[in-house]
Amino acid sequence: MRLSCEVNGERYQIDGVWEGESLLYVLRERLGLYGSKNACEQGECGSCSVYLDGVLVCSCLVLAGQAEGRRIVTVEGISGGEGLHPVQEAFVEAGAVQCGFCTPGLIVATHDLLFRNPHPTDAEIREALAGNLCRCTGYEKILDAVRLAAERA
Amino acid sequence: MEFMQPLDWEEALEIKAAHPEARPIFGGTDVMVELNFGRERPEVLMDLTRVPELREWGEEDGRLRVGAGVTYTRIIEELKERLPGLAMASRTVGSPQIRNRGTVGGNLGTASPAGDALPPLYVSGAEVEVASVRGVRRIPVEEFVRGPKRNALREDELILSFLLPGARGPQQYAKIGPRNAMVIAVCSLGLALDPERRELGVCIGSAGPTPFRAREAEGFIRGVLEEGGLWESRSEIGESALARFGELVAGAARPISDVRGTAEYRRHAVAVLARRVLRWAWEEYREGR
Repeated sequence: MRLSCEVNGERYQIDGVWEGESLLYVLRERLGLYGSKNACEQGECGSCSVYLDGVLVCSCLVLAGQAEGRRIVTVEGISGGEGLHPVQEAFVEAGAVQCGFCTPGLIVATHDLLFRNPHPTDAEIREALAGNLCRCTGYEKILDAVRLAAERA
Repeated sequence: MEFMQPLDWEEALEIKAAHPEARPIFGGTDVMVELNFGRERPEVLMDLTRVPELREWGEEDGRLRVGAGVTYTRIIEELKERLPGLAMASRTVGSPQIRNRGTVGGNLGTASPAGDALPPLYVSGAEVEVASVRGVRRIPVEEFVRGPKRNALREDELILSFLLPGARGPQQYAKIGPRNAMVIAVCSLGLALDPERRELGVCIGSAGPTPFRAREAEGFIRGVLEEGGLWESRSEIGESALARFGELVAGAARPISDVRGTAEYRRHAVAVLARRVLRWAWEEYREGR
């Protein structure tokens, strides 16, 4: 089938989409946007987090056809330009990255958190990022990065 | 595989009548897992996210009528005053990403004994509204959920909404799991107090083939509150009564052993949950909240 949607501000018409495939598959395999990671495919790890019409979702749990006519923003589009978004800068500065696999999802989830709640408490950060798993960092530097991004906002 | 996307409720029912095998999908938090892992290959997938009727909620004859497609996030944000027990249970579902997509309608459709939204519906005597081109049926939730992953939907029917009274008193929900998020309940417990009617409801989740009310425990505590004049005096419920209440709830449980916990652990845990949850709700009542 054909899918029409907007990704990171650009309109796409994608042909040959299988009816049962996920938005994540469309983003990675059909549009070459490899930022959103494919890990658990069951909404457990958050590494495929994107915005769907401004709502934070796991793109592995969105059926491609559900994205018809919708606006999607991935980690590639989060800064809205060439440079890094302040959330991304904070992750770099705080060293909140090891293998990097969870990072794109955490960037998008943090972006969503700080948009809704610019000055979150530690408990609020933990709750907001509870759906994003990191197996390297032990999360401390990720929390530092979120606090840093919040301070600068 | 065919993909269909009705734009209103009438069209959705027509599609379901013409294609009884059509698999409805809304938030996708269950259905997409089945698709991603190749466990299911439905002939027809019917996306219901464009059906406005499913996303609405409102009041109807003194009850709330909530569309099956209202997400957990919206229940938490929009209904926490009216449905505190359901909002509390919704907060324990998955993560923000999951709560932004998942719906109570999905919980009813999947009919898992561990569905977090179910105990709050049971304790409030909720009805599930289902429809087909033949008409509408309203089914008490206890009759709607038939067994593990089985419900009372006929092949041409879809879940439209659920109806229940707004909270008449304190409501609580608690569940056991290895962490605070992303947890499928090892076991869970919902409780609602109705001070005006001198009633209460207790429902055990994830410790039997379906969620179910612990009626003997309800009757016992109703008697304790009545005899002791506790509704009037708002004094504490004694430790021995709380312990007996926990025992009765545990006695009602019909748990199995599986990957999430043993039957023995579940039986123990529901007793602990029952005591705690009743104490919390009663504290709220005593403080007049």
